[in-house]
Amino acid sequence: MTNVSMTVNGKAVNRDIPDTTLLSEFLREELRLTGTHVGCDTSQCGACVVHVDGKAVKACTALAVSLEGSAVTTVEGVANGDMHPMQTAFNEHHGLQCGFCTPGMIMTGIDMVNRYKAAGKKLDEAAIRDELEGNICRCTGYHNIVKAIEDAAAKM
Amino acid sequence: MSDGIGARVKRKEDKRFLLGKGKYTDDIRVENQSYGAFVRSPHAHARIKGIDASAALAMDGVIAVHTGPELKADGIGDIITGWAITSKNGEAMKIGAWSPLATEKVRYVGDSVAIVIAETQALARLAAEAVEVDYEVLAPAVATGKAMNPGQPLVHDEIANNMCFDWEVGDEAKTDAGLAGAAHITEISLINNRLSPNAIEPRSAIAVYDDAEDHYTLYSTSQNPHVARLVLSAFYNVAPEHKLRVIAPDVGGGFGSKIYIYPEEITCLWASMKTGRSVRWTAERSESFMTDAHARDHVTSAKIGFDSDGKIVGFKVDTIANIGAYASLFATATPTYLYGTLLSGQYEMPAIYCNVKAVYTNTVPVDAYRGAGRPEATYVVERIMEKAAREMNMDVAELRRKNFIRAFPYQTEVLLAYDAGDFDAVLNMAQEAADVAGFPARKAEAASRGKMRGLGYSCFIEACGLAPSAAAGSLGSGVGLWESAEVRVNPVGTIEILTGAHSHGQGHETTFAQLAADRFGIPIDNVAIVHGDTDKVQFGMGTYGSRSGPVGMSAVMKALDKVEAKVKKIVAHSLEAAEDDIVIEGGEAKIAGTDKKMAWHEIGLAAYMAHNLPEGMEPGLKETSFFDPVNFSFPSGCFICEVEIDPETGVTQIVQFVAADDFGTIINPMIVEGQVHGGVTQGIGQALMEGVVYDDDGQLLTGSYMDYTMPRADDVPSYTIGHGCTPSPNNPLGLKGCGEAGAIGSPVAVINAIVDAIGTDVEMPATPSRVWAAIQSSAMPQAAE
Amino acid sequence: MYAANYHKPSSLSEAVSALSSNEDAKVLAGGQTLLPTMKQHLAAPSDLVDIRAIDGMVGVSVSGDTVTIGAATTHADVASNADVQAHIPALASLAEGIGDPAVRHMGTIGGSIANNDPAADYPSAVLGLGATVVTSKREIAADEFFNGMFATALDEDEIITAVKFPKPVKAAYAKFPNPASRYAMAGVFVAQTGSGVRVAVTGAGADGVFRHGGMEAALASDFSTSAVDGVTVSADGMLSDIHGDATYRANLVKVMTKRAVSNAR
Repeated sequence: MTNVSMTVNGKAVNRDIPDTTLLSEFLREELRLTGTHVGCDTSQCGACVVHVDGKAVKACTALAVSLEGSAVTTVEGVANGDMHPMQTAFNEHHGLQCGFCTPGMIMTGIDMVNRYKAAGKKLDEAAIRDELEGNICRCTGYHNIVKAIEDAAAKM
Repeated sequence: MSDGIGARVKRKEDKRFLLGKGKYTDDIRVENQSYGAFVRSPHAHARIKGIDASAALAMDGVIAVHTGPELKADGIGDIITGWAITSKNGEAMKIGAWSPLATEKVRYVGDSVAIVIAETQALARLAAEAVEVDYEVLAPAVATGKAMNPGQPLVHDEIANNMCFDWEVGDEAKTDAGLAGAAHITEISLINNRLSPNAIEPRSAIAVYDDAEDHYTLYSTSQNPHVARLVLSAFYNVAPEHKLRVIAPDVGGGFGSKIYIYPEEITCLWASMKTGRSVRWTAERSESFMTDAHARDHVTSAKIGFDSDGKIVGFKVDTIANIGAYASLFATATPTYLYGTLLSGQYEMPAIYCNVKAVYTNTVPVDAYRGAGRPEATYVVERIMEKAAREMNMDVAELRRKNFIRAFPYQTEVLLAYDAGDFDAVLNMAQEAADVAGFPARKAEAASRGKMRGLGYSCFIEACGLAPSAAAGSLGSGVGLWESAEVRVNPVGTIEILTGAHSHGQGHETTFAQLAADRFGIPIDNVAIVHGDTDKVQFGMGTYGSRSGPVGMSAVMKALDKVEAKVKKIVAHSLEAAEDDIVIEGGEAKIAGTDKKMAWHEIGLAAYMAHNLPEGMEPGLKETSFFDPVNFSFPSGCFICEVEIDPETGVTQIVQFVAADDFGTIINPMIVEGQVHGGVTQGIGQALMEGVVYDDDGQLLTGSYMDYTMPRADDVPSYTIGHGCTPSPNNPLGLKGCGEAGAIGSPVAVINAIVDAIGTDVEMPATPSRVWAAIQSSAMPQAAE
Repeated sequence: MYAANYHKPSSLSEAVSALSSNEDAKVLAGGQTLLPTMKQHLAAPSDLVDIRAIDGMVGVSVSGDTVTIGAATTHADVASNADVQAHIPALASLAEGIGDPAVRHMGTIGGSIANNDPAADYPSAVLGLGATVVTSKREIAADEFFNGMFATALDEDEIITAVKFPKPVKAAYAKFPNPASRYAMAGVFVAQTGSGVRVAVTGAGADGVFRHGGMEAALASDFSTSAVDGVTVSADGMLSDIHGDATYRANLVKVMTKRAVSNAR
């Protein structure tokens, strides 16, 4: 067991956890933030994507103890008020069906918009599809996810 | 009415998912919980000689290990199949016993042998690894096409040749005669590749046993909790129905794979009683690949004959269908009544004959997955039609037009009576949207860049809205195929609709609410949909086979009719008017032509206050309905796919995909289009990349996303969608069902496009390596024309 | 996963001592391969030594004709680094194509090289550019470093601290991804360097990353795609699996080499 402290969605948290606790387990089991989902065991589906110090990371592939002092943001923490523009855009464009991959899509979408904006690059459809390599959706065929991210990019 | 039928209403259910507040099974925590893990067979086929759990039981925190013989001793039943098929010789199908935990033999890699219950998930898994099973390894039967050959190992010792049934539909003599007189015959051999459904939420179960009440609660990733309760009670003897509550909360996709009641749910329920602990289990993805029902897996040869004018004279199909190690719930219905009966396609075929041999193999059970039988049928019909057109030097669309059915209802030679359709209109719509006229120029331009372009069609029809009960029963179905609804108008005028259908992505909380909003002119936010809990909702059949619209919504419509009739009586009585003069719109009931009216909340209040109701009327405003349609519904469509192939690598890029569908009436085009996008993408997955592979020893080679290729965002294009509309006459709204069409129609459009591009056949999945090899072996010049 | 003890040393010597004092200890550099392997119970290290907090392990520096990248520098940081983009754009673009964005935020160059996955991208750049692997003990030339799939010249208690890349005249990397895993099915790194043309192939070989002598010879005399056309790539020694047989992989090696040559800058 190791004591770990970090900031999650703006709140300081501190827990004693086994060293091999994954960030996804820490969020879901210790903090009961169950918006971060786990859909595979090979780090490919992306349902677990969260932000660590502002960068998209697969929470199923990071040890919680290694993130001592980090600031973690989950899908529960991105809305400032009602909904984040990315969340609004997913509703507007029907970018979700069963909702299971959605938290990862939202977090990946926000991350890619932030990175492209910072680099002054245009986030077009081809770029969005390329950036979604690590996020698998079985319901939507991606069509409306792409549209939603494109729309949110214009509004963020 | 902005929230009514036909409106692109944004989904009411989205917010909780977008905020990460959805409640999926694995998100739920219960009192007194423990964790289950399954000991699974590493062998495709083996006899169990002994199980030694002592090392596992010695681990600190391990609560129990339970095995198949204990489960049998407690009277837990074998897993059933839901549809009895009779072989052509009149014999009943042969069913091999499927115990939730294996007793004597294991029959596929992943077959469950024991459950370990422990205080933590990690510990349960470690302990499962510590259970020692002594296996006598047996040779397996694996390949679909070889399983019934003499000398193959027998999956079930008592079932000769591994044959479950040898079924036929249609008229063989008539078909042979038609083919004998044909001016042209086209033959084809096809493999319909085996798939893994891959809902992104893995299956999960939480079983809670209350010993004081002798009552069980199961939280489960189910598409049909009511059927689960029925089967768990009536066949598996877990508990009588009134002592068992099944809750399917938010469910993260199903596509058929969550219809079935699997060994894990049964075992967790039983283990919760044995241990007195709540038992939870969630599959890891590798477990999902091993144990979720797979799909398709047909080996087919077909022959079609045409007269000198290009009219079909006969169609004969022989299929071997792999059903895996055990016959799962719809495993026997899928390759028969959902497959052979669709072989007439959109065409007038005077003679059809289909023979299906279903075989057991040492692989995970194969069952219904989005489309279920109909994608396989469409693949055969539309591959052979395009092949025939090329052989006869005819335009692929013209050959189809020449044979289209144009008068409805149309009785096919294979049992079904199509309800409505306009195949010309949908084909024309698709051709225009795909700019077929401009294709030669695009092909030439691609050739100038060293790329090969092709255009492929799929004109398909399917049967969905699974029903009617009596017809299904006469064909062997073990259940009725109706749906139920209850509409409750509350005293304040808000409405709850309870449905036996189940939403796991389909958007019922929005579309079902649109029905009430449309009927009464009330805001959609005043309507709530309740589903997925057997303690809340009356019995229902769940969601699969694109049935929630044509069957589930129809039940809601019937209940709304009853509510409307009672409302008119109450209002007429209150306002002293004739019932026929009452008009309901805009959330009010008015006397036509006057300003006398009652607001919706006043009506609700009047019904429950009961101070002034018509004589003899019962108080309250709540109506129930069960809808059992008179026939299937028959969505149809035309898909046109355009591909560009890189001959150097064999990579196929889908540059355009047009989907023109006829779903009859559409409640919410936004949601319908989303269903098409998703279905088409799954079909593209089948065509280009997805394929379950077992090696000769029955080991699963595609056991994770490292080897099983899922369609990703950059594999697919943005889609062009068109809607034709010939309403179904068989339900009150004219709905046909939209959940499966995309997956049914798309694989063959993709493959036809590739064949058009490279000039030679290629099997699914048409991976880059396969397409490259096909190009290498083809004598076709790379840039034709 | 099985239990393991986590260590986060702040100095190289502490890290080496944590590694050498625990028999089944492993270095944790980004964890994007190691953690999934542990989750599937395919690896069971007793101890994990996280090297990311060690001074000097992260970052890019340029000195003369050498670009030095700290072992714990993430793929995303290599891809977006202005010096890497300016001096070895092929390396930046290779890093930009590893895994997916989230993986690139965590995965590191040192981890990738030490693991030497036969389908990983970085080994081809290290070998193709003739880089030098700097460790806690010594400097190892790329040609001496990779010893077949998942095997390297590293000792059990040896930690990669940096990789020194010489600036090429021009270079490019072309990858054909495995459709499922998106790892390389054939990735070819082509570089024109001061000491000649180097062609390194990853993903395709049955024994991990390798240099293709035939390609190097042909390109040395004529750095053009037509020179590649004249080279026969044998299927012998190529991987064969459900995604493609050895013949297909041999074809991909040739096609990717041509694409790398035409993109080289």
